Amino acid sequence: MERLQFRFDGGSRVAAASDACLVGVVASGNLEVLIEPAPQTDACAIEIRTAANGFGDVWQAVMTDFFERHRVGGIRISINDAGATPAIVSLRLDQAIEEFTRRDPA
Amino acid sequence: MSAEGPPQGANYSPHGGSAAAELVNEAASGGAAHYARTAPPRIWNKRVQRRALRLERAATRLGARLTGKLVDADAIVALLEEAIEPADRVCIEGNNQKQADFLARALTAVDRGRVYDLHIVQSVLALPEHLDVFERGIASRLDFSFSGPQAARLAKLAGNGQIAIGAIHTYLELFGRYFIDLTPDVALVAAQAADREGNLYTGPNTEDTPVIAEATAFKNGLVIAQVNELIDVLPRIDIPSDWVDFVVQSPTPHYIEPLFTRDPAMISEIQVLMAMMAIKGIYAEYGVDRLNHGIGFDTAAIELLLPTYAESLGLRGKICRYWALNPHPTLIPAIEAGFVESVHSFGSELGMEDYIRARPDIFFTGSDGSMRSNRAFCQTAGHYACDMFIGSTLQIDLAGNSSTATLGRIAGFGGAPNMGSDARGRRHATHAWLTAGREAHRGNGAAPRGRKLVVQMVETFREHMEPAFVERLDAWDLAESANMALPPIMIYGDDVTHILTEEGIANLLLCRDDDEREQAIRGVAGYTAVGLSRDRVAVAKLRQRGVIRRAEDLGIDKRDATRDLLAARSIKDLVRASGGLYQPPKRFRNW
Repeated sequence: MERLQFRFDGGSRVAAASDACLVGVVASGNLEVLIEPAPQTDACAIEIRTAANGFGDVWQAVMTDFFERHRVGGIRISINDAGATPAIVSLRLDQAIEEFTRRDPA
Repeated sequence: MSAEGPPQGANYSPHGGSAAAELVNEAASGGAAHYARTAPPRIWNKRVQRRALRLERAATRLGARLTGKLVDADAIVALLEEAIEPADRVCIEGNNQKQADFLARALTAVDRGRVYDLHIVQSVLALPEHLDVFERGIASRLDFSFSGPQAARLAKLAGNGQIAIGAIHTYLELFGRYFIDLTPDVALVAAQAADREGNLYTGPNTEDTPVIAEATAFKNGLVIAQVNELIDVLPRIDIPSDWVDFVVQSPTPHYIEPLFTRDPAMISEIQVLMAMMAIKGIYAEYGVDRLNHGIGFDTAAIELLLPTYAESLGLRGKICRYWALNPHPTLIPAIEAGFVESVHSFGSELGMEDYIRARPDIFFTGSDGSMRSNRAFCQTAGHYACDMFIGSTLQIDLAGNSSTATLGRIAGFGGAPNMGSDARGRRHATHAWLTAGREAHRGNGAAPRGRKLVVQMVETFREHMEPAFVERLDAWDLAESANMALPPIMIYGDDVTHILTEEGIANLLLCRDDDEREQAIRGVAGYTAVGLSRDRVAVAKLRQRGVIRRAEDLGIDKRDATRDLLAARSIKDLVRASGGLYQPPKRFRNW
C-alpha cells in the first residue's frame, strides 16, 4: 500500500454548492474516486491510496494530464486504487469530474 | 555435377543413403567402367514397399485384434510400434480445438527401443503428451506452429536440449511444408465417426484433418484415425476410406477445447472504448467488409458493438459482412441483427453446433447439416480474401514489430502471421484494399496497388502493469536463449498498418519516415515508459495531420463507453440472442 499526494494550482473554482461525488468501486483492477468541494482553497488536491507500489511517476503523469484537461480548482479528490491501469484511472477521473460538475447548480 | 550424371540416384534418398552407398561400391569394384552403366537399376517405389512392409507387420502382430482397417483399442500401442519406424516424421493431429488425444497418449507408451528419434511435425502442441514423447526419448525433433498451453514446458525442454526445434511456422507455412520437405510418414488423426470401410466423418471440427491426411496418404505414408464412434452409415464423408489405413475407436471421445468463447461479462469499459474507436476510426473509414478477427476480449467487444454502436452509425450492410472466423459466440448478436452474410471457419466452437445448423446461409455446412471447417482453406481465405486483420498482441516495439513471445515461453504464432501480413500476391481490388493502398503508396509513382489493413489492438498496460510497448521485444532474448535463427516476431512492423490503444489510433501508413513512425507509436503508448518519452511537439503535429487520432478527434465521447453498449453482457444474453440454440460448455454457465 502506497500513499501519494499531488496539488495543482491555477484551476478555476467549481461552485462550492456542489455535493460530493463518488464513482467506481474498489475491486481488482478498478478504483474508487471521490470528489468533494474544498471551498477554503483554489487548488486541486489529490490523495491516492494504491495497492500497487512504485508507480509514483505514472500517477504524477496521469494526474498532470487530468488537471490539464479540466483545470478545476477548489476541490479535493480521494482515490482508492486496487491496481487499475492508467487508462481506467483517467476514465474514472473524467467520469467523476463530469458527474461532479453536472451536479453543480451553476 | 552434370545433369545427366549418375549421382541422380544419390540425390534420391528420403530415408538414409543406401542407394548412394551401393553406387559407390559398384564404382569401386568396376574400376574405370562407366559409373552410370554399372549402377544397379534405381528403385522407384521404396515408399510403396516400405508401406506394404509396415502394413504386413501390423497385420501379423495384431492378428485377430485387426478386422479390415478396424483396430481394437487395446492393440493401439502394438500398432504404433509396427507402423512407425525410428526417425520417421510423425504428425499427431493437434488442432486448436480437436485433439487426437488417445493416439497421442498411445505414442508415449511405445517401446523406445523400437520407436525413437521421431521428428514431430504438427501444428499445435496442446496436450502434455505432445511433449511427453520428447521427455521419454521417443521423439527428438520438432517443427510446429503453436504451443500456447505448453509454451513454458516447451521452452524448458528446448533449453536443456531435449527438443531440437526446426522452426516455428504459421499454419499455412507448415501445411505447405507437408507437401515439400516435411511430409509425414505416419499421421495420427481424429474424427467424430468412421464406418466399417474406414471412411471418416469429422463433424464440425474438420480443422487440419484433410490437409494432414492428403499429404500423408498420397506420399505413401500411413494414416491412423481415432474415432469417437463406429457407425454403419456416416452423416457425410469428410475423408474417404482409401486415404485411411487404420481406425480405432477411442475409449473416450476426443478432447475439444472451447478456445474462442469469450464471456461478455469480462469485457471492460476500456475495451468498449477501443471497440468504438476501431469501428468509427477504421471499419467505417475504410469500409471494411471482409475480415478476420483475432482471439480475445478486445475483438469480442467489437463483435458485440456491431448491433448497437455500428448500427447507430448506419453501418449495417456496409461493414463486416464476410468473415474468415471461427464461430465466435460473441458474433451471434451481429448475425441475428443482419450484419453478417457469410462466415467460413478454421474450426468449430463447442456449443455452437445447433446454432450453426440452424443458420446454413451464414456458415459452411455439409449435406448432413453440420459445419465443415477447414483450417488450411480458411487460412488461405484470411490471407488472400480479407481486407483486414485485427487482433491483440503482448508486446510492440518502436518499429511496430509485434510479438506474443515472452521469456521462458515459446508460444508460436498459429495463424496470425498469415492473417496479419500484406498479401503481396493479391490481385483483386476492393474499396478498403485500394484506400489503404493509396495511403501506403501515396505519390511514390509506383503502379497502383492495394494494401491489407493489419491492426494491432492493445491496452497500453496489460494486467499487473506490464507495458505493451517496449524498446526491445522479449523475442530477442528468447531467440538467444533457445538458439533460434530468428526472433519469434508474430507480425513485422512493416506489415502493421494501425496500432489502436485506449489513447487513440496511430495510422502507420501515413508516416513518412522511421522517426515519424516511432513518434506515432509513442503517441498512442499512453503512460508506458515508451509513451512518456514521446516528443510532444512531434506527436502534436502527427495529430494535426491525422496520423494519430484520439477518441475526441473521432467524435467519440469517452463517457459513452459503458458496458450498456454491448449487445450481450453475459453468456446468458448470448444464449438468449441465439433463441436458445447456443449451448455453452458447462464452465461458461454461471446461472
